[in-house]
Order: sequence, then C-alpha cells, then structure tokens
Amino acid sequence: MDKKFPIKQIMDGKGNVLDSSYDSQLDEQLLLRMYRHMFRIRTFDRKAIHLQRQGRIGTYPPFEGQEASQVGSALALEDGDWMFPTYRDHGATLTFGANMVRTLLYWNGRVEGCVPPAGKHIFPAAVPIATQIPHAVGASWAEKKKGTDRVAIAYFGDGATSEGDFHEGLNFASVFQTPTIFFNQNNGYAISVPIERQMNSETIAQKGIAYGMRSVRVDGNDCLIVYFETKKAVHLARKGKGPTLIEAVTWRKGAHTTADDPTKYRTENQGKRFIDPLLRLEHLMKKRDCWDEQTIQNIHTECHDEVEAAVKQMEKYPAAKVDDLFDYLYADLPRQLIEQKEAYVESLRGSLHE
Amino acid sequence: MSSMRMDQVDEVKQKTKTMTMIQAINDGLRTMLTEDEAVLLLGEDIGKNGGVFRATEGLYEQFGEDRVIDTPLSESGIIGTSVGLAVNGYKPVAEIQFLGFIYPAYDQIMTHVSRLRMKTMGHYSVPMVIRAPYGAGIHAPEIHSDSAEALFTHMPGLKVVCPSHPFDAKGLLIAAIESEDPILFLEPMRSYRSTRGNVPVGTYTIEIGKGNIIQEGTDISLIAWGAMIPIVEKAAAQAEQKGIRCEIIDLRTLYPLDRDLIAQSVQKTGRAVIVHEAQGTGGLGTDLISIINDTSFLYLRAPIERVTGFDVPVPFFALEHHYVPTEKRVLDSIEKAISF
Repeated sequence: MDKKFPIKQIMDGKGNVLDSSYDSQLDEQLLLRMYRHMFRIRTFDRKAIHLQRQGRIGTYPPFEGQEASQVGSALALEDGDWMFPTYRDHGATLTFGANMVRTLLYWNGRVEGCVPPAGKHIFPAAVPIATQIPHAVGASWAEKKKGTDRVAIAYFGDGATSEGDFHEGLNFASVFQTPTIFFNQNNGYAISVPIERQMNSETIAQKGIAYGMRSVRVDGNDCLIVYFETKKAVHLARKGKGPTLIEAVTWRKGAHTTADDPTKYRTENQGKRFIDPLLRLEHLMKKRDCWDEQTIQNIHTECHDEVEAAVKQMEKYPAAKVDDLFDYLYADLPRQLIEQKEAYVESLRGSLHE
Repeated sequence: MSSMRMDQVDEVKQKTKTMTMIQAINDGLRTMLTEDEAVLLLGEDIGKNGGVFRATEGLYEQFGEDRVIDTPLSESGIIGTSVGLAVNGYKPVAEIQFLGFIYPAYDQIMTHVSRLRMKTMGHYSVPMVIRAPYGAGIHAPEIHSDSAEALFTHMPGLKVVCPSHPFDAKGLLIAAIESEDPILFLEPMRSYRSTRGNVPVGTYTIEIGKGNIIQEGTDISLIAWGAMIPIVEKAAAQAEQKGIRCEIIDLRTLYPLDRDLIAQSVQKTGRAVIVHEAQGTGGLGTDLISIINDTSFLYLRAPIERVTGFDVPVPFFALEHHYVPTEKRVLDSIEKAISF
C-alpha cells in the first residue's frame, strides 16, 4: 500500500523542486502568500502557548509543525466553501478568514469564539473526535442539491480514523457523490498513541479504496503539494466528480495540549525526519530568488503586530454575560428557562447588594 | 467515618497511607490487577502515558501491554470489545477519557452492556467497569465538563457509582471490579488532587448501593455526591454558624439509590436540600424527591429544595462558575427550607 500511495512531494527538504511540471505555477506571489500565512499562524500558535503558560487563556492544543498542511489546504478553497475544523486546526481557519480575536476567545472559554465572520462558512472546532466529518458531507451534499459548485472540507487527525463517524461520513460521501474533501493530517500520534497502534494499515489514504473514493497521500510539510493536491480535489468536487480523501503526512512538534507531556510517550529524535515546513519553503524561495530580506522582515513585523493587537483586543473584550448561558439555546426559549434565568440573575443582584 | 464491610477488611489492622483520589484509584487498579488475572485495563492513553490524569500511572510498566491496553481512539470500540471480553472470561475496566466523550459508546452501553444479562436469562453477564472522569470546575475545554450521570441511572441493568473521597474511591472501585454486573464508575475530576485521606493499602470493598452519612445533624438533610460534596460541606459549615445543624448524605452509589438511608435521615430532620451539578430537568434530584415523597411525606416540614445546574449545556469555562452550584446557592436553599 505504501507503494500504491507514495508520499507525493513537489519540493524536497532542501527546497529543491522535484517535479518540474509545477515550475511555471510557482510564482513569487504564491510563495510569499504561503510563507506569510504559515508565519502568521505560527506566530499565533506560539503566542497562544505563551498565554496559556501565563494563565491568560485555558488549555491550548498547539499545531506547530503542521502549518504547511493547514495553510496549503485552506488556500485551495474559495469564499463560499465550507470548512469543518477540529480543535487543532486554527491555523486553517485563520488562513480561511476566521477572526483572530475570536479564536483567542475560544481558548479563553468563550462561545464567541465559535461564531464565524459574516459570509464565511466555518464550523466551530469539533472537540469530540471525527464528529465533524459527516457534517461536512451533509453541508456539501446541500450545495450539490442546490446546484452550486461549492465544496466542504473536513479536517481530522489520524486518531479520528478509528471512530465510526469517519467511516460513516466517507461512505455517505461516496454513495451520494458529495463534493467533500476529507483532509487528514496524519501527525503520527493521537495524544500518546502512535499510528502503528491506531491502525494496522500502512496508510490512511488506502482507506479510501474501501469506499470507492479517490485518495492521495502527500507530504504534509510540503506546502506546495498540499496546496496543489487540495486544489485538484476541490476542482474535481466542483465538477461533480465526488469526494477525495487526502492524507497529509506531518508531525506535531509539540504537546497534544498544554496539559500534555510528550516526553512520556515519544523521544526527541522521533520527529527528526520531518523538516520544518517554514524552513523548507524558505530554502525554496531562496533558491528561486524570491526571498527578499526586507519583505520577509516586513511580514514578520506585521504578523507579530497583528497577533499582539489581537491579544490586546481579546483581553479587553467585554466580560461574558450570564444571559448567554440561556439566550441562544432555543429559537423559542421555553418558559422554564426564562424563569431559571430570571431567578438566577435576581439572586446575583441580591448578592451584589449584600 | 465511612462504612466498611467488616467481613472483608479490618479497619484497625490494615495499614493505611495518605492518598489523593487519583492515587487511591491508581492503587485500586493496581490491587485488582495483582489479585485477579482476569482484570484488563483498556482505554485511550492509559498505557505508556499513564492516563491523561495519571490514573493508570506505572501500571503499564508493572503489568505489561497485554493487561494495560492502549486502544485505538474509539469509545464504541472500547466498550463493544469489552462486552466480548467480559462474556468470555475477562474483567475489562475501560477508561473513557472524559465522560463527555462517552456518547459514541452510548449505543453499546444502552443496547448491550446493560441488557445482555436480562435477555439471555442470566446466561451471559457483563462484568465490566467503565471509569470516566466527569464534571466542571477545572477550566477544561468544552465537552470535557459534562455531568451526564442521569443518562445512565435511567438505564436499567447498569449500576452507577460516584465516590467523593479517596477512601471511598478505592473501596468502591474494587467492589465494582469484583461485581458481576456492569458498573459506570464516575470520578469527580475536580477532586482528583484536591481530596486527600487515609486509604488502606490492601484490599477492601465498600458495598455498592450504600450511601454514607458523612456529617450528622438534626435540622436538615443535604444530599449530594462526588464533586458536590466539598461544596455542600462548606455550605453546612456556614449554616452551622447560623445555628443550623446539617446532616450530609454522600450517596456514593447513584443507582441503586440507598432508599433506607435517605428516608431515615429525612424522617429525622424533616427537611432536605438535594445538590447536583447536572441539569435539573431529568436529573437524579427528581428521583430523590420521589423517594422522599414515597417514604417520608408526612415527616416533611418544608418543601424539598434542589440546587442543580441550569437546563443548559455545561457552558464554556468563562461562565462555568455561574453553572456549577456554589456554596452560596446551597446555603440560600438551606435557609429557605429552614425558614419555610
């Protein structure tokens, strides 16, 4: 199966282009855009870890190492498409247009963080595993029924392939030929459980065969192949050619979450063969002569400033309101909930006067 | 103060050690893995990692990967295969990482774990334990804080246990593993490290189905379990300063309920406050009221008070302090019942 699903690459670890057929498409604009997004989300990610350490946000699941997978796939989408992320895919959602302040609010225990910007179809991060996969099938199925050319992408990890929802989602997509992209980030570990214990299959991509679904396996640290393969899958979906399963092989550099200690279950050396996705793109850009120090410096400064400003705004955000516990639960709030809310709000007033 | 089955343990002779609840659970698992070769642990991240809360720390190293089993990420798979293991000679102790992630396994628990014995007229029984941390209050991400015990007390064929102290945790866990019936063992994650107490180092059990009076009083009965016990204890201490003597019942088992203990206490005090962090509607409080109604109606001197979560999903953590019953809400209800 490893041979049937080779890991596709466009660039190697040193930034050499391996497949010259892509040469003409690697223009400076695209490379800079990719670099900017990857640097931006890495800056966000590192800041978020820092904020958690200082007690300024709650538990946070870092995605460092997976930037090429998240940026490459998100850039292949267009406005109007649907995104169904997990809790580790804020890099993808931010690239697709999610609001950074709200993303930080999410990790500070605020539901405001689940609300997408107007006009953007971004689902709240799925915290249970694999539950978002059938949702993506349904949303893209609706687009097909309505006769649009929009697609949906579902993000999920290697662990998710053990859950029923993964298999049920793929089967529905295949039966109804929905325009869905199943984007797997195989980062080697589901918390502490390595891929070899998660499955006895050599690849995740091969699982598509069972569902009669086109599938590909790509180097998830090669932003270019992720981008072009996702674009191809999106194109096929828009044309009515059905779903694709993409396995992006990557590596979570850090802990599962800030509450996790990866030294318990893996050694420092294990991820060594994965060369940092930003560094790889940097090598390539330098080789192609589109690495201008000043431009890069400007990108770095802009990203840092943006993240710092977002943190400030998050911390100045109005306090969460008790009413929000109740007000959005139903379109038509039942009387007993109105009463519970009023009684509780009243009791808070009472205690303020004490 | 906890009651013990004296045929199984001599409280005086057993050596004890100070443990937190998580240590007591770890010790209970180690005890049963040592004593009974049929015991297997299954779950996500319970092996090498020692569990996300460290409940199984050191057990993988001591008993090996054939008995402390890191499973694929599949709650339905964990519980479904545990049924097969249980009917075929093993005693699986399955960990669901957080109670809020048990829902994919709900089908297996509802349709098979709980009723296999009934539908085979006792031919097959399912001697398994499902351990799950539950509850809010530690600023966990969403879904990690659910308190869904009533979904399971409503399920005929399953017993539901929930300790509040390390001593009870180990004794109930051993009793659960020894039991031939399937048991959901709920662990108040907020109390994992904040509760500490003397725990016998050997084997002992606490009878499933028996509550415990952890504080005697004459004016009002406070009924709670798990993570609500420390809150109720604080409220009772405040009430004491106002001259109200509270009796506190730690239910310990949520199904079957200790009807006699509840009746005996409420008949003495004539008043009751029930405290649980799950949503009120369909919560266990309604069953407790029903027991009091059936056994003690003529003894009541005030309507029974309930302090519960609101009928909303457990909120994201920025608002969880408004959701989880507080000392103040419990005290208000005590005073309301007393001044009725």
